[in-house]
Amino acid sequence: MIAASTSNLLAAREQMAFTLAFHIPFACMGIAFPLMVLIANWLGIRGDADALRLAQRWSKVMAVTFAVGAVTGTVLSFELGLLWPGMMGRYGDVFGIPFGIEGIFFFTEAIFIAIYIYGWKRLSPRAHLLSAVPIVIAGIGGAFSVVTANSWMNQPGGFTEANGKVTSVDAIDVIFNKATPYEVPHMLLAAYIVAGFLVSSVYAVGWLRGRRDRMHRLGFVIPFAVAAVATPIQLFVGDTAARAIAKHQPVKFAAMEYVQKTSTDVPEWIYGIYNGGNPKWGISIPGFDSFLVGFSTDSKVTGLDSVPTSDQPGPKTLLHWSFDTMVFIGTGFLLLVIWWLFVLWRRRALPKSPWFWRCCSVTGVLAIVALWCGWIVTEVGRQPWIVYGKLRTSDAVTNSGGIWITFAIVIVLYGALLAGTIVLLRSMARRWRAGEEVDNVPYAPPPG
Amino acid sequence: MTSTDVVLVVLWIGVTAYAVLGGADFGGGLWDLVAGGAERGRRPRDLIDRAITPVWEANHTWLIFDLVVLWTAFSPAFAAVMSTLFVPLTFAALGIVLRGAGFAFRHVSERLEAQRAFGAMFAVASVLTPFFMGTVVGAVASGKVTPSTGSAQAWSSWTGALPLLIGVMFVVTSAYVSAVFLVHEARREGDAELERYFRTRAVIVGVVGGAVAAAGVVVLHADARYVYDGLVGKALPLAILSSVCGIAALVLLAVRETRFVRGVAVLAVAAVVWAWGVAQRPYLLPKTLTIDQAASSSGTMDALLVIFVAALLVIGPSLGLLFVLSQRRTLGKE
Repeated sequence: MIAASTSNLLAAREQMAFTLAFHIPFACMGIAFPLMVLIANWLGIRGDADALRLAQRWSKVMAVTFAVGAVTGTVLSFELGLLWPGMMGRYGDVFGIPFGIEGIFFFTEAIFIAIYIYGWKRLSPRAHLLSAVPIVIAGIGGAFSVVTANSWMNQPGGFTEANGKVTSVDAIDVIFNKATPYEVPHMLLAAYIVAGFLVSSVYAVGWLRGRRDRMHRLGFVIPFAVAAVATPIQLFVGDTAARAIAKHQPVKFAAMEYVQKTSTDVPEWIYGIYNGGNPKWGISIPGFDSFLVGFSTDSKVTGLDSVPTSDQPGPKTLLHWSFDTMVFIGTGFLLLVIWWLFVLWRRRALPKSPWFWRCCSVTGVLAIVALWCGWIVTEVGRQPWIVYGKLRTSDAVTNSGGIWITFAIVIVLYGALLAGTIVLLRSMARRWRAGEEVDNVPYAPPPG
Repeated sequence: MTSTDVVLVVLWIGVTAYAVLGGADFGGGLWDLVAGGAERGRRPRDLIDRAITPVWEANHTWLIFDLVVLWTAFSPAFAAVMSTLFVPLTFAALGIVLRGAGFAFRHVSERLEAQRAFGAMFAVASVLTPFFMGTVVGAVASGKVTPSTGSAQAWSSWTGALPLLIGVMFVVTSAYVSAVFLVHEARREGDAELERYFRTRAVIVGVVGGAVAAAGVVVLHADARYVYDGLVGKALPLAILSSVCGIAALVLLAVRETRFVRGVAVLAVAAVVWAWGVAQRPYLLPKTLTIDQAASSSGTMDALLVIFVAALLVIGPSLGLLFVLSQRRTLGKE
């Protein structure tokens, strides 16, 4: 009985994690890619024919990735109820408010993407450019709302309850909970970084294959520049977020930084395997964790020993490695951006070294890895709670059997979805290279 | 009227909108499925595609809207439905993925075989998804979902005669609404042949739908007595309105007076949705959970009202603009 329900919980968590991990890169494209299309379009109507052509093609890519993001997002709203009825039954009235707001933004974004794609031949260039602005704003608003819901799970507030039933709700306090100020900007910037590096990495591969015409260069520079602006800010925001987590969710912080005992002068571990006390095979920097938390090695950091094992997240090594990997990738991005800026400053040109382009060609994948790592830290680090300090994940999970089966179906289906998406995007690129136009995209009017 | 009443009415408007617009989309998939081989079915398929393309995403946003409003305003009811009806709801969710992906991918594919495969995926999912959604409604109406059922009747809750019949009714109704919409589209494009094509089909599924509905009343009497009593009691005017509109739409189709048929058919579907709601009142889950028991506190309801007003102000004009654009010709230049 206990074994069965544990297995159910694990299956539900894995399915949720898998579907979220699949959805989030597409969500990033939905949030951040419209800005890059807008920039290309703006350059285009100022007389740059290459930029205009790029904007036209990108808008079609945007339609495809938005469609995939939309269907996988719909699945998530089903899953919240199907997998976690215990949370939705008890806190649906609180948790639902940011989702209601998100609905407005999502609807607006869907409508304006259709308007933008229809508008290429039906609106004046100026009006058409303006029709992309609501897409950019709705993307930001939608991300704000959804991440707000997640930050509420980390720092629940804005309600009172008695006997396990919510008795009053203050919507403003729900939305602007304690984790909102650091979680929302961190994810928004991540969206711009993921979309920026993902799109520019495609053109970096093109560069390595000798496609270096003006359109390819623009296709690289516009998204890369967006990511380049976001990257240094992200390192600052991420650092602030980590310090806030040390304060708001000390056990999460202790697990991701291998802090066993509450003390001062806590060392910073770089990788290493968790084994209770002293981590194995890691590099330790004495006192540095304390320094990072409170700008002094005398800062006290709360350790895992502050709560019983049953109140700690399970896989500490996973958390720690995810956190370190995210930080390393982010730092690597910063170095790459500096390289780009340095060459730009000295030579007013793109770097020539193939190593720059090889690095750029993997940034897209690495950005997604960093994104996943960040969400692993947030979500696995919150365990065993689904709503921090209020409701355990094991009390929220469905009793329905067969989650491993639905999970298996989901994997097969999403595998096909991913394969289909990649094949189609590649076939669009192939047709564009051959000089054909691609008119048949979702949301688009019939050709002609 | 309390804020709970207003939220409930708005939720029901959302459910109605999904039944009509989402239904028309699903039905389009059904007509795509039965349109025949690639050559023979090309013209009706193209019309379906032209009709669905600008709205296929927006129409299904109603589903998200309904889910979010239900879980926010009436959380215990949402949790109960999701726990007990895990199986059909999972199938419905997967159907939505297959349908959306199939539709989007068919558009972008260049090879005929790929278009065929994605098209089949889109069409089959378009038939299965409303069926499973119908079984969910049938299970709720027959009182199989209670706050304490949990996952105890994972299969039997939705495989009784009533849920299965309502599942079929959802498919038939979708096909009917869609055919009527497509008659209108064909007429707008001045294509008399396609207008006739979909008119014939609308009449056929209209008659089938009437038969299924009649059978539904009998099964309802046996399996969902509370809702049946409501339908022949307080919801009788709505039930009559729906039947009259359903018959009137058939007559209009038969005499080829297709101008008003769309409005009349929509009214027939809307009246059924509202009749169901009125018949179930004051229960959300018949006999075990009332609206008041499930309703969230006033803070949540007020927040929802603000969200509704904001949505109306933002989405209304946006949708209007999209509609105007989709009807507008391309600019002379380019």
